Amino acid sequence: MEYFVQQLINGLTLGAIYALIALGYTMVYGIIGMINFAHGEIYMIGAFLAVITFTGLGILGVTWVPGAILVVLIISMFFTAVYGWTVERIAYRPLRGSHKLAPLISAIGMSIFLQNYVQISQGAKIKALSPVVQGNVPLMTSDAGFNVSISYLQLIIMIMTTALMVGFTLLIQRTSLGRAQRACEQDLKMASLLGIDTDRTISLTFVMGAALAAVAGVMITMYYGVIDFFIGFLAGVKAFTAAVLGGIGSLPGAVLGGLLIGLIEALWSAYFSIEYKDVATFAILVIVLIFRPTGLLGRPEVEKV
Amino acid sequence: MATLTERAPAPAPNAITVALKEAAIAAAVMALLAIPLIGFVLEDIPGGVTLVFRTAAVLTSCAIVFAGRFALAMFRGHRPAMLTGLFDTVGMRALGSRIGKLVGPALIGFALVMPMLPFSDRYIVDIGTSVLIYVMLGWGLNIVVGLAGLLDLGYVAFYAVGAYSFALLAGNFDLSFWQCLPLAGLFAAFFGVLLGFPVLRLRGDYLAIVTLGFGEIIRIILLNWQEFTGGPNGLSSIPRPNFLGAPLARSAPEGQTPFFEFAAPVMEPIYRMLGREWGFEPIHRIVYLYYIILVLALVTNLFTLRIRRLPVGRAWEALREDEIACRSLGINPTNTKLSAFALGAMFAGFAGSFFATRQGFISPESFTYIESAVILAIVVLGGMGSQLGVVIAASFLILIPEAGREFAQYRMLMFGAAMVLVMVWRPQGLVSGREPSVRLHGVPGG
Repeated sequence: MEYFVQQLINGLTLGAIYALIALGYTMVYGIIGMINFAHGEIYMIGAFLAVITFTGLGILGVTWVPGAILVVLIISMFFTAVYGWTVERIAYRPLRGSHKLAPLISAIGMSIFLQNYVQISQGAKIKALSPVVQGNVPLMTSDAGFNVSISYLQLIIMIMTTALMVGFTLLIQRTSLGRAQRACEQDLKMASLLGIDTDRTISLTFVMGAALAAVAGVMITMYYGVIDFFIGFLAGVKAFTAAVLGGIGSLPGAVLGGLLIGLIEALWSAYFSIEYKDVATFAILVIVLIFRPTGLLGRPEVEKV
Repeated sequence: MATLTERAPAPAPNAITVALKEAAIAAAVMALLAIPLIGFVLEDIPGGVTLVFRTAAVLTSCAIVFAGRFALAMFRGHRPAMLTGLFDTVGMRALGSRIGKLVGPALIGFALVMPMLPFSDRYIVDIGTSVLIYVMLGWGLNIVVGLAGLLDLGYVAFYAVGAYSFALLAGNFDLSFWQCLPLAGLFAAFFGVLLGFPVLRLRGDYLAIVTLGFGEIIRIILLNWQEFTGGPNGLSSIPRPNFLGAPLARSAPEGQTPFFEFAAPVMEPIYRMLGREWGFEPIHRIVYLYYIILVLALVTNLFTLRIRRLPVGRAWEALREDEIACRSLGINPTNTKLSAFALGAMFAGFAGSFFATRQGFISPESFTYIESAVILAIVVLGGMGSQLGVVIAASFLILIPEAGREFAQYRMLMFGAAMVLVMVWRPQGLVSGREPSVRLHGVPGG
């Protein structure tokens, strides 16, 4: 039981990170109907920026941890957002209106490009970061002496994710930008006829998705302490799985899907085999798509003739 | 109307100012991109890490972007007029199709004599073999993506199935390459049906991600099923193909004759005429492998060209264009898609077992997602459905990195950039082949 609770906590932490990435996938898919294959790489760039900024702050002698985390978040989010904007501008915008496969291939090319770009500029070696936040809160102890605890870092990740989700939901529901975005999602052409600057809205969607992915990158850097240029691929596929599981295009769905994927991964690793944990994720993706292609919270898609 | 014509010839200096402004903006964005990731680099020092700032690298990247954006802005206005003016006249189109008819046979002829040309050495024949493997894979995937319009991002899984089934059959049952080749194709096709059956009713993007997932599942299983597949160490000492039972080696085991003795009655007079000595040479095997893959690739091509004219091939193309219309005409989409999937997989299986026999060693390393992406890129960059486009794209993607060996570390970087640029430049692919195979009454579409 205690072991299970501990895995639940670990899974939720991981799931929160996947949820942040999944939001980017689901927003982009919702608005222009393409899988942004480079999104995993954007997240990887966010993680690299986090390591670089943390190291830089360490050299500058910043020791106040909350301040450091805040600075890292702001820097990483800003520069990653610039990357997200540039990727959209270079690789996707010229292809708007061409056949469906073109942006997909362009995105795959962009993903290969960004991976190798980071590998060349930063080196192929694993980048490590010494723990920023240490310590934990003991929750309960079993008779056998197994301690269940939640680390401060896990708490930070969960609180941060929740806060971001709330802020993000408000942004989508209350602001004019959010309204423009929802309008574009429903009908791009109609929205542009009604005077919405669709190019700008789409750009901002990529910027927001990239910023959320950057937060996920910062979290994973603090959580695992090691990153390399290849982390984007698997995280990207899993986050996409999460988005599909929750129902692509649906924001609460992405969060739900992310948490579920995190939980499944943690529990599968704990009770079955750690080697096949990725197989479990992919298998879920396949099963969901076969039996419920609209996901858990997605709207059924009507095929128009 | 009058104001339009007055405004049309924009003064030249203005164009330069606009271009300079755009280039400056692009360079500023590049500076934002470059400063954190190209500029700051983590470096290990004794007792920790430190940050180094590379000013030169940042400035160089900004300068390159500035120059590139400036050139693009300057020539942007001229490009469409030049290209459309050249290609879209009726005469050019007719000439193009006439040249197009000649290019195919000319390329095949060149491929046939290539190993005998004076400049061909071991290295060049080897590269030719690599290109042909990708051409064959591209042609195989073209059935799935180009004809049937199914986006498959896990094609490498079938390639892996072919390679592993040959390696395992040869290793466990002592079968030769030629015995295993059809079996490997069958296995791969079987896997195609197995994987395709549940997922083929999904739409384009979903299908892509599911096939990607399947590709990864197969790779992870190959990686972890140690006792069967050798895990990360892979399988080695895979037998080489023989020529009608004659091994291409210096010496043969009991009861067999090596190829150079076997072929001596035919080859010796020819060689004597050319004033050369016939005997064992290691390059024979390389050339032999080259011809095997050439024949396999041509079979794939011929098969595709013929099946496009059969009802099932026409159903694929119809399905690609409009699934709902097909269903209302009584075409069973699942069976039709499944046949495309299985046939595409079969050719990947053939190519896979050739790959295994050529390398003599296989491991899951060779069957990563990147390979699938490369093959898909070949099909899409070439122009979906175009057989010639696949050849051009495969040569382009395999030869360009070979030519730039000294930039080995930039290989995949250039590759990714090429994918993006070709797509942005020509979204329909280098050779756009989305023409229907059949036309009513032979009326050219217009």
